[in-house]
Amino acid sequence: MTNHWIDIRNSDCILIMGSNAAENHPISFKWVTEAMKKGGKLISVDPRFTRTSSKADFYTSLRSGTDIAFLGGMISYIIENNKYFTEYVAEYTNAPFILGDTYGFKDGLFSGYDPKTRAYNKGMWAFEKDSDGVPRKDKSLKDPRCVFQQLKQHYSRYDLDTVSAITGTPKEDLLKVYELYSATGAKGKAGTIMYAMGWTQHTVGVQNIRAMAIIQLLLGNMGVAGGGVNALRGESNVQGSTDHCILYHIWPGYLANPSTTWPTLDSYLSRRPKSNDPLSANWWQNEPKYMVSLLKSFFGRRARPENEFGYQWMPKIDAGKAYSWLDIFDEMYKGNIKGFLAWGQNPACSGANANKTRQAMAKLDWLVNVNIFDNETGSFWKGPDMDPKTIKTEVFMLPCAVSVEKEGSITNSGRWMQWRYKAAEPPGDAKPDGDIMSELFKKVRYLYRRDANAVFPDPILNLKWDYTTKGAFDSHKVAKEINGYFLKDVMVGDTTFKRGELVPSFAFLQADGSTSSANWLYCNSYTNKGNMAARRTREKSGIGLNLEWAWCWPVNRRIIYNRASVDKYGKPWDPEHPVIKWDGAKWAGDVPDGGWPPMLNPDGTPNPKTKYPFIMKEEGYANIFGPGRTDGPFPEHYEPLECPVEKNLLSGQLINPTAPIYGTEMDVYRTCDPRYPFVCTTYRVSEHWQTGVMTRWQPWLLEAQPQLFVEMSPELASLRGIEKGEKVIVESARGKIEAVAVVTHRFRPFKIQGNVIHQVGVPWHYGWVYPKDGGDSANLLTPSTGDPNTRIPETKAFMVNVRKM
Amino acid sequence: MEGKAFFIDTTLCMGCRGCQVACKQWNQLPATKTQNRGGFQNPEDLSFYTYKLVRFSEHRGSDDKPVWYFFPDQCRHCLEPPCKEIPEDPDAIIIDQLTGAVLYTDKLKKETSQDVRDSCPYDIPRAEKGTGYIAKCTMCVDRVHNGLLPACVKTCPTGAMNFGDRGEMVALAKERLAEAKSKFAKAVVTGLEDVRVFYLLADEPLKYHEYAHATVTPMGIDRKTALKRIARPLRELSKEWQMLKGLAG
Repeated sequence: MTNHWIDIRNSDCILIMGSNAAENHPISFKWVTEAMKKGGKLISVDPRFTRTSSKADFYTSLRSGTDIAFLGGMISYIIENNKYFTEYVAEYTNAPFILGDTYGFKDGLFSGYDPKTRAYNKGMWAFEKDSDGVPRKDKSLKDPRCVFQQLKQHYSRYDLDTVSAITGTPKEDLLKVYELYSATGAKGKAGTIMYAMGWTQHTVGVQNIRAMAIIQLLLGNMGVAGGGVNALRGESNVQGSTDHCILYHIWPGYLANPSTTWPTLDSYLSRRPKSNDPLSANWWQNEPKYMVSLLKSFFGRRARPENEFGYQWMPKIDAGKAYSWLDIFDEMYKGNIKGFLAWGQNPACSGANANKTRQAMAKLDWLVNVNIFDNETGSFWKGPDMDPKTIKTEVFMLPCAVSVEKEGSITNSGRWMQWRYKAAEPPGDAKPDGDIMSELFKKVRYLYRRDANAVFPDPILNLKWDYTTKGAFDSHKVAKEINGYFLKDVMVGDTTFKRGELVPSFAFLQADGSTSSANWLYCNSYTNKGNMAARRTREKSGIGLNLEWAWCWPVNRRIIYNRASVDKYGKPWDPEHPVIKWDGAKWAGDVPDGGWPPMLNPDGTPNPKTKYPFIMKEEGYANIFGPGRTDGPFPEHYEPLECPVEKNLLSGQLINPTAPIYGTEMDVYRTCDPRYPFVCTTYRVSEHWQTGVMTRWQPWLLEAQPQLFVEMSPELASLRGIEKGEKVIVESARGKIEAVAVVTHRFRPFKIQGNVIHQVGVPWHYGWVYPKDGGDSANLLTPSTGDPNTRIPETKAFMVNVRKM
Repeated sequence: MEGKAFFIDTTLCMGCRGCQVACKQWNQLPATKTQNRGGFQNPEDLSFYTYKLVRFSEHRGSDDKPVWYFFPDQCRHCLEPPCKEIPEDPDAIIIDQLTGAVLYTDKLKKETSQDVRDSCPYDIPRAEKGTGYIAKCTMCVDRVHNGLLPACVKTCPTGAMNFGDRGEMVALAKERLAEAKSKFAKAVVTGLEDVRVFYLLADEPLKYHEYAHATVTPMGIDRKTALKRIARPLRELSKEWQMLKGLAG
């Protein structure tokens, strides 16, 4: 989230699309409800009428996988009807930037596409620069080559008729949503988006969110209270796990994972583009300080300038190669991975194309399953269609503690790092994950040390590991390490910091090895003032920032990009909900996005000491044109890899031309195949969580939601002769499941390109281990493809058949 | 008569069933074996082990789009509970002085269970299969006497479930009804006169549940007379009364 949960209450219009907040983030509805009590409007857009929809002021449906068409139509509506916030767009976004003459777009493809590699040369999308090397701009937004005019032209194709024929949303409903939402383009009004996996789990996942970001920028909704682009995280700490790099392409704090492109530390540290505009903070220019401090945190005193601070001990990914979830199981299936730690997860049910995952695990020599219950992963070898006699994989089960049996922090969707305490001892032999990890590492290090022929033992033997107290994992030690220490006496400005002191914030981190920080974004979270995440002082008045409750990255800033919430004089666009305001000498309110003064002096002259508000962007401007993405600088509608239409009404390019496709015999894709005529999507219900490992064993939750079901319209049920409550087969090209038919008007047939298209939906919380009559995972149906930027699987739109048993 | 009351604002209820589960947790009631019967509501009905049940009902709105109603069903804690008139022993069913909660004690004989259920205009109490003992919502009097909110209220994320002094809840219900009227023309509040659980409903009560609302004193007969004289279960009479009212309307 750019904003945070409580801030939703400040919104004038809440769009819930690509998520089902009432069911999957019920607590968020406390704040949705508060906003609505104050007159805020709630819009629900979902293929299926959900418990969220039941509370909305306006609901409409769209076919799964057509969100960009829907949102593209909104972009066009906003521009054509002058609903955008002109001053904001011209001053704070790259809408005025002039595009270079190599940029182009034709029939669904941006310039620079190479069909052989299925990749773009992004260099073709560069801006035109003046003699100082600064992008040329036309703040009147009239130059035909400026981003704004190109945006207008791009989305002029997304007219109501075309959008309606793609999405299946009636034209009057499209208009109603566009009108309601674009009203937040007025100065002082704020609209917010609450999205989740309904937007991300597509071959166009990133571009779904980019489309909304463009809308938010056009309407001036970024940085303001009640605005923002807000991802509702699917797990209590998934924000924390992302921040701390449980992903293949980034290190802690979103530092790029070293790759063969940067074979040396120097090449890594000099990779960031410089801005020639003196008013651009271009904050990433500080990356060397964060990277060196991270290496110092990993390797302690062994990390030295002469050995590149240990850079060569860290693995480098092959440039251009993906190592995501889909790729891991693809390699495992091909027999290229020997051992697997399945830690706090259940891939046999949770990943796309679960049959492939299950077969892949049979190719392993060993599998360690760390979990709180037995699950379909640990017991995969005795699951459906498995012959235990032929499976060589040796499986180890390690019981671990649950969250309330250990101390530590979680970081919620709103980026709040909140400290939690231990309430009970773990049962039996169960241990906190930190202790399991610590014991494992110490044993591995011992084996490496003892083995004279060990291959490349350096990373293991040089790793600093001082996170235990009396032999037990100590979460405070880790939290302090994450914040970082001064490793020498350091003078910054006129303050001297002593060796061993905690670094007060990332502004003090150094690139010379004199500081450590295991995650620069969290530097300021555990300082000499104490554990900031453990703070518990509620705000008494104000807009709900709660600056002294827990701690928020970065540097306790609750709404990021908040310097765009004020005009160029530092006056809030919305005086009733001021995030920050300039009092003549300093900013009051939230921690500002940099303490520089406003862009203009009170007399209207430019202030040379200012910086542009979007400090993380190279040029200081928010990106309406986003030249960094794999699949294009503007979001473009492509059909899901499996779709019910032979033609993309917007171009000759049916699917995302850069979508990953896998090639084993388990990777079967069927588009427009009469055997699989219905669109299907997967989702969650309030009563279960994830693959259900934590909830299927909870009798009260299982009582409320006991079995896998498939929701369908009465029209589809009658087409297939299906009665409410009977068990039916749902099958895709990859697998099939048995599910109870829920026949409901909450699904309706879509009119797509003149044809009637049906959609069904299944929750993915079930698995064969328990309960026996609960059904198996919906991911047996889903395809192994996904977004080309993130490789998140496309589990929200694929094709199935539904039939009687 | 002051005591306590619930105000349940179904216009804010999103059917998460936190209340249903919290009730089971506080009262340590076992889960019952259920199956998906083609919808979301589960268990199917209240039972000896389920004091609180969110009832789901789907309809079509005036624009033909779906509407989905959620009705957290529970004992209404009547001001003059008909069930209290059933057992001979006046201590079998008691009214807690502090809260007004209607409580079944161990003096309630299982032989009267069916009559107790039949007497309830809201069809709430349920007997245990086999033993015949009967149970229902206790208003969490053990919590309330210790300054805590009932478990279902405590857990509600949106403010749909409210609990407090009866007068306060009456005022809140009226205030919310006035607000809700602007969005839902048919909005009503039930129970202000005769029970301790008030529901704000956006639509006709029957669209939520057959016994969402009941008239406790049909045809002007006083409660005791009605109970003592009429052999038919009171709620059937009440249904008939509603039908008559409907015809008259």
